[in-house]
Amino acid sequence: MEHILTPKVEEVKLLDRYTAKKPAIGTLYLTATHLIFVETSCHIRKETWMLHHLIATVEKLPLTAMGCPLHISCKNFHVAHFVISSERDCQNVHQSLVRLSQPVEELYAFLYNPKQDEDERRNGWGFIDSAMDFKRMGLPNEFWEMTDLNKNYELCSTYHSELGIPKTASKGTVFGSAKFRSRGRIPTLSYYHKESNAAICRCSQPLSGLSARCVEDEEMLQAISRANPKSTFMYVVDTRPKLNAMANRAAGKGYENEDNYSNICFQFVGIENIHVMRNSLQKLLEVCAMKSPTMSDYLTGLENSGWLRHIKAVMDAGVFLAKAVAEDKASVLVHCSDGWDRTAQVCSLASILLDPFYRTIKGLMVLIEKEWISMGHKFTQRCGHVDGDPKEVSPVFTQFIECLWNLMEQYPCGFEYNEKYLLEIHNHVYSCQFGNFIGNCQREREEMRLYERTFSVWPFLWENRHQYRNPLHKCSLGREVLRPSTLPLNFKFWCGMYNHFDKGMQPKQSILDHLLTITQKKAEGEKKMTDLQILAVMDGVLADQGSPTGTPPEQTSLSPVSVSHTAENAKPLMNGAAVEEAEIELVPTAGSEKMEPVGTVVSMEIKDVRGGTKFL
Amino acid sequence: MEFAELIKTPRVDGVVLRRPFLPTVEGTLCLTGHHLILSSRQDNTEELWLLHANIDAIEKRFVGSLGTIIVKCKDLRVIQLDIPGMEECLNIASSIEVLSTLDSVSLMYPLFYRPMFQVIEDGWKSFLPEDAFKDLESMTEEWRLSDVNKDYSVCSSYPPLVAVPKDVDDDTLRKAAAFRHGGRFPVLSYYHKKNGMVMMRSGQPLTGTNGRRCKEDEKLINATLRAGKRGYIIDTRTVSVAQQAKARGGGFESEANYPQWRRIHKAIERSSILQESLIKLVEACNDQSHSMDRWLSKLEASNWQTHVKEILTTACLAAQCIDREGASVLVHGTEGTDSTLQVTSLAQIILDPACRTIQGFQALVEREWLQAGHPFQQRCSQSAYSNSKPRCEAPVFLLFLDCVWQILRQFPCSFQFSQHFLVLLFEHTYASQFGTFMGNSASERSKLNLSQKTVSLWSWVNRPQEVERLSNPLYEANCLVIWPSVAPQSLLLWEGVFLRWKRSSRCLDEAYDEMVHIIQYNKELQNKVNNLRRQLAQLETEEPLLQTP
Repeated sequence: MEHILTPKVEEVKLLDRYTAKKPAIGTLYLTATHLIFVETSCHIRKETWMLHHLIATVEKLPLTAMGCPLHISCKNFHVAHFVISSERDCQNVHQSLVRLSQPVEELYAFLYNPKQDEDERRNGWGFIDSAMDFKRMGLPNEFWEMTDLNKNYELCSTYHSELGIPKTASKGTVFGSAKFRSRGRIPTLSYYHKESNAAICRCSQPLSGLSARCVEDEEMLQAISRANPKSTFMYVVDTRPKLNAMANRAAGKGYENEDNYSNICFQFVGIENIHVMRNSLQKLLEVCAMKSPTMSDYLTGLENSGWLRHIKAVMDAGVFLAKAVAEDKASVLVHCSDGWDRTAQVCSLASILLDPFYRTIKGLMVLIEKEWISMGHKFTQRCGHVDGDPKEVSPVFTQFIECLWNLMEQYPCGFEYNEKYLLEIHNHVYSCQFGNFIGNCQREREEMRLYERTFSVWPFLWENRHQYRNPLHKCSLGREVLRPSTLPLNFKFWCGMYNHFDKGMQPKQSILDHLLTITQKKAEGEKKMTDLQILAVMDGVLADQGSPTGTPPEQTSLSPVSVSHTAENAKPLMNGAAVEEAEIELVPTAGSEKMEPVGTVVSMEIKDVRGGTKFL
Repeated sequence: MEFAELIKTPRVDGVVLRRPFLPTVEGTLCLTGHHLILSSRQDNTEELWLLHANIDAIEKRFVGSLGTIIVKCKDLRVIQLDIPGMEECLNIASSIEVLSTLDSVSLMYPLFYRPMFQVIEDGWKSFLPEDAFKDLESMTEEWRLSDVNKDYSVCSSYPPLVAVPKDVDDDTLRKAAAFRHGGRFPVLSYYHKKNGMVMMRSGQPLTGTNGRRCKEDEKLINATLRAGKRGYIIDTRTVSVAQQAKARGGGFESEANYPQWRRIHKAIERSSILQESLIKLVEACNDQSHSMDRWLSKLEASNWQTHVKEILTTACLAAQCIDREGASVLVHGTEGTDSTLQVTSLAQIILDPACRTIQGFQALVEREWLQAGHPFQQRCSQSAYSNSKPRCEAPVFLLFLDCVWQILRQFPCSFQFSQHFLVLLFEHTYASQFGTFMGNSASERSKLNLSQKTVSLWSWVNRPQEVERLSNPLYEANCLVIWPSVAPQSLLLWEGVFLRWKRSSRCLDEAYDEMVHIIQYNKELQNKVNNLRRQLAQLETEEPLLQTP
């Protein structure tokens, strides 16, 4: 590739991000897709892989005595500080990376080929079908129907082609309402709660300005309200801060006037806009980058970043929606400005709180497909996939994933998936290895012929699902609606996300890995037990009987298929090994009075397989 | 009986007990000399038995003739009692106030408590210094057990027996004691088997403003160094605090007089500041407001996490000097009874796998805290809610437990005990039926004859069923040194203590039970597989025999 000016640089130093310990020395390679650092100073081969596409910034610093520093930070919060001895080499690497990380022609997904044939590709794209989810909710039924009014994207260019709308809404009502909603994003069904008949609907802000009205839009809301006959009112939730919504009125947009719509209960929930969120993340990352912060620096920085305040605001809104549906049994219409950021966060969180299906591995795929991809969350712009307006970039999806992680912390048995699953999804959203998160809406994806030119991430994740299982998951929780506490003290900084690549900061032994290994052993043991029992019955040692042990496990045992998977891929966490490594990493600097123990040990992990380096 | 005079109303009916996340209970409230009891007198309902000693503060409120007493406990729990009748309520409140603040040691509950369980092993005899020394003797011959303090005359806060270098005689010890704060001359705290390095602890040297020196003290600590080796003195105070101490007769070891030692100053706060920090932290945790900024700024302002980080950092430093630098270490602050013990005991958790077992941890608490003279009674007489003016109270030991929890969280498979054990110790240091944490030193405990008159907490803990409850199902013996991360991101608020009463524990308990279940089931399964395999193998070898007629 003509972008790679220097494919290989030797004697490169990889510094520890936090401490002044001895740097790792190795060779830096640039390939078409990855930057690879192979450590040579260490007796075990250690590799650090960085996908070009994940690189957010690459910075060449002024020459120092050690050489020329090159700082790379990635969208998955991986940060690496290299020092290259020759300034010229550094210049070349820098230039190459700047070009490689901002693809002019093709995103990685268009190059990526997991050696599947066309049939497999097509089946892969059919693996998750959001329309099926409406069937699962019981649609169509006497109140709701699925319409293809948007099949040519004429009604709304950023929506999916199939939309759920109340049966009583006529075509005229729908089209009329579309004219009164920003970008034609009409109220459409997000989640239908079978138990209460209440629904969560989503849309964009009305073009109400200072006094405008629209009969069809008012009818549309009434139709939604009528579709839940047991309730006398519905909530209309504007997820923006009131001040922002009021400012929009001057621009001919705004929010619903309670006087014009019958029986609505209007509510602001105050989630800030994408610009505030972007800046907040920036500040959070600055806190993470502090070299050796005191506890006070860190907590003050965390507070000043506002990040957890925003996470809590999103969660609060989700909880409000779920409560309205489950307890008040009232339908809710949610919007923000365009209805593709905050609205997506809040609707998907509420769905997770209400419906245990979304707490399963497959259910989360469906939810993301339904609320984010089909409803036009602008992944390309929000993730900055291609060089575009930096003001359109914002960690909206990251916040949703973080809210989910906070929920998992409160309900350790409530979810079928574990933290790794969230991190893996988050990684794929940014890596563009698969086609799912490319494009800003369905229409764009069709225009790009993504389904013919790229692969879907969902079958790939499903195949590896044994890694993403939460061993503590209990199906017995049934249809329970989650009612998390949103007191501030329940929200924690997510070290596993923002310091994921700084292994020294995380627990040196992982309970999750430990339990995953045990579940794998359990599956193997159960199989062995069955085999032995058959033998034993044949030999007459045992009378014929069912379960392998006295008390059968609550969870169904893994199928033989997944057993073989686990055996291949599980990396058992042996105490000794893990700890030994932690020990090696610590380089004592005793002798000076500033001796800082540990804190921030460990260099990059051994071959980092995240983000699609697996099939390279 | 004196108690009867203090209890004006021993019994009230129709009292309603309210607790967060638990159903309310209506029943009869009884006051006894040591307990507040609420019983619904129905089967299958929980009764409340609360030790008066556990009550930190109470508040009364009245609405008409219905009185309400809010009881704030030392274990940080807050409960509410609705008592019909103003007089009854006032009587109950005043009785509780008096009974919970009795100063007389002779009235304390452990002296009245008779165990309902069979004592298998007397905890008072479980961790004798003689036994600990036998272990040391098996590793090295450079140390001896001195009984110079047998009548507590050399150092009132030391136990009768202490380990000191073999070549140093008792006379030298006496002179060194005169040169150290509280007579706390340098004694052995830990012997690192791997390289023979040691950790010692003491009180500050009494150099004063004119730089007094003591040849015997120098001889004593130099006797612990190998030829040509240097050691480290870790002073838990900042340089300026240590300087100021000179004016009050204290001080630190000067380079001139201790040329073989390198001094490092750290900044662990003194006890009064720690108490204030605890009060602020608990107040922050009780704040019901929904403002994230307020929570984070209160958490920050409490400085609790700062103390945790500082203590752990210093402990890591001591451990590093010993394990990595191959140097011996002397640790002291001012008195040598607080921050010093935090550092020496945590360094041992890091270095010595034995301290991470249930028995080993008890031995550590016994050795480094109880025998070493941490004044538990003074430090733990009030907790975070008390309105009375603090005297010597400080959560020094609680901070130690918090630090242990931080290491446990980072190495969840390396400890034989779970956090339940740490929480249990926290509770029993503040209010207990056992005599273990009574008194301020070995000499006080011996004067009170506690080993005869009270039951030891260890007697209770070491019963099989309790051991099982406190065990960590994830434990796999790990003989390595475990280095915790002290980055702020790696240190969390100890939810098990500070958020314990702030949210329902249902989901977390359920997860814990599930984890135990998975591990247990797997163990059983593997056993059964092995058994069956053995049976089958046996059958195969027997079969040919059976077939021969």
